[in-house]
Amino acid sequence: MTLDARVVVQRGSLSLDVELAVQDGEVLAVLGPNGAGKSTLLRVLAGLLPPDGGRVSVDDAVWDDVPVRTHLPAHRRSVGVVFQDALLFPHLTVAENVAFGLRTRGVRTAERRAAAGEWLTRVGLDGLGDRRPGHLSGGQAQRAALARALVGEPALLLLDEPLSALDARTRLVVRAEVRRHLAAFAGSTVLVTHDPVDAMALADRVVVVEEGRVVQAGTPEEVNRRPRTDYVARLAGLSLLPGTGEGRAVRLDAGGVVAVAEETSGPVFAAVRPESVALYLARPEGSPRNVWPVRLVGATPHGATVRCELAGEVPLVADVTAGAFAELGLVPGAEVWATVKAAEVAVYQR
Amino acid sequence: MSRSREGAGIPPPLLVPAALGVAFLVLPLVGLLVRTPWSSLGRQLTAPGVGEALRLSIVSASLATLLSLLLGVPLAWVLARSRIRGRSVLRALVTVPLVLPPVVGGVALFLVLGRQGIVGSWLDEAFGVTIPFTTTAVVLAETFVAMPFLVVSVEGALRAADARFEDVAATLGADRWTTFRRVTLPLVAPGVAAGAVLCWARALGEFGATITFAGNFPGTTQTMPLAVYLALQRDPEAAIVLSLVLLAVSLATLLLLRDRWLGRAQG
Repeated sequence: MTLDARVVVQRGSLSLDVELAVQDGEVLAVLGPNGAGKSTLLRVLAGLLPPDGGRVSVDDAVWDDVPVRTHLPAHRRSVGVVFQDALLFPHLTVAENVAFGLRTRGVRTAERRAAAGEWLTRVGLDGLGDRRPGHLSGGQAQRAALARALVGEPALLLLDEPLSALDARTRLVVRAEVRRHLAAFAGSTVLVTHDPVDAMALADRVVVVEEGRVVQAGTPEEVNRRPRTDYVARLAGLSLLPGTGEGRAVRLDAGGVVAVAEETSGPVFAAVRPESVALYLARPEGSPRNVWPVRLVGATPHGATVRCELAGEVPLVADVTAGAFAELGLVPGAEVWATVKAAEVAVYQR
Repeated sequence: MSRSREGAGIPPPLLVPAALGVAFLVLPLVGLLVRTPWSSLGRQLTAPGVGEALRLSIVSASLATLLSLLLGVPLAWVLARSRIRGRSVLRALVTVPLVLPPVVGGVALFLVLGRQGIVGSWLDEAFGVTIPFTTTAVVLAETFVAMPFLVVSVEGALRAADARFEDVAATLGADRWTTFRRVTLPLVAPGVAAGAVLCWARALGEFGATITFAGNFPGTTQTMPLAVYLALQRDPEAAIVLSLVLLAVSLATLLLLRDRWLGRAQG
């Protein structure tokens, strides 16, 4: 069960053109900001929206092929979809919800009940089958929605922001469970999300979509470590500095020079992690070769540290402890010195 | 506390007309109750013709509601969900009977379905069926006038219902007809029920289109409103009693709507 898709949609201001390939048992996360076209992509894969161009196939079955006008409507595709808000049918019990897909496919009542019961057990909703969806918590509803999507053993599972409607605590628990079910699922999975944590925790591979185009693809670790756009860098919490490699220095496109540990040449990205940036009130003496005067433009608490946005010749983000933040007397507009060790700057080809 | 008292204060320029408005709407009904000949009520109610008119009214209004459901719910779906061209024109056409004087509707029905009418003459020749001045005509006249209420109500419910449930059903293998039966209809059931009650109440009170298209024959086409009108001219007491019956039915309908459906549909 391998998904191969090229999806082209032109709709108002949205111009989507994305290629995807997802192997058997693989989980692909489509990560992108709101309005990037992620949900449109998912609707096309589900068959809810005919694309304007491209081709979608799963194994040998062609679901969409625009040049030859092939379009298989959603109800004839072997898909399971979990939407953001569970969307359990309010007029049916939880068990009837889970069994819905079997009922439409003509499975007999007894078999349907057994399968629904088994799935409710698997997602930890034992004994809640007779309830109405309104009497479930958000996490329980999302589990039931997952069971409903998986009970028909679809070739393709589509998850549309499946955790974003949950509160932070529930999200942690449900995320771990979803991960377990995805590991057991034999088909291909496409997960659409704007939450990098979901993508990192659940996906084998990530494609980043911005403004309808794939801007980066790779394993979650690669994407996290070597972001290629500001959006991804911000998600990963990195400062992304595009420039040109000149030996052990990178001349930044926006001005300034960053010393690095490796020799590079040509167009490169230099990426700086916030925890490797140190701040001083006076220009420090000593080993760091990257020392820049910067100005604090914003500060937000970030766990036990304060994330400081710094403007200057080289724009940076720094994490300092709350204690250091107070000691340095940092207020917006404060002029400080920022240092980064050359060895802590990641540098990679553009 | 003081704020809520301030909020409750109604400026006199609004209070006086509002009070007059209430009086205007309620006093006639009070008058009806005051003038009701309570002592002879039992005799009046069992008088020949009353039961017959009431039964005919209820049966024809129910049949009109049934017909409206069969035609109106699919029509509302088309207006709310389909992407056919000219949908707004269609909606306008469908709701014309809401604003059209019912007597005009009666004339129009007569011109089409009458023995000389476009469809009526064909029905007469092909099947020997004549519609005007029959109970069928009563049902058709009431349907013509009342169905738009149902269509508007159901279309509103369909628009308010979350269409994403229909997407979910499609991804679970349901074609559009299955989705309509198993998901859409149950979701808008409160709206359909409210629309049906409105439709029934409107059909029950129908006068103009009925008398024009179906005439006024006791037992076959003389419904309660027609009986009231006729009785007022020869026996005002009987008219009052008949009106009281209609008022009771209307109030019952209103209570039914409030408690069972409208509250929940709006909440």
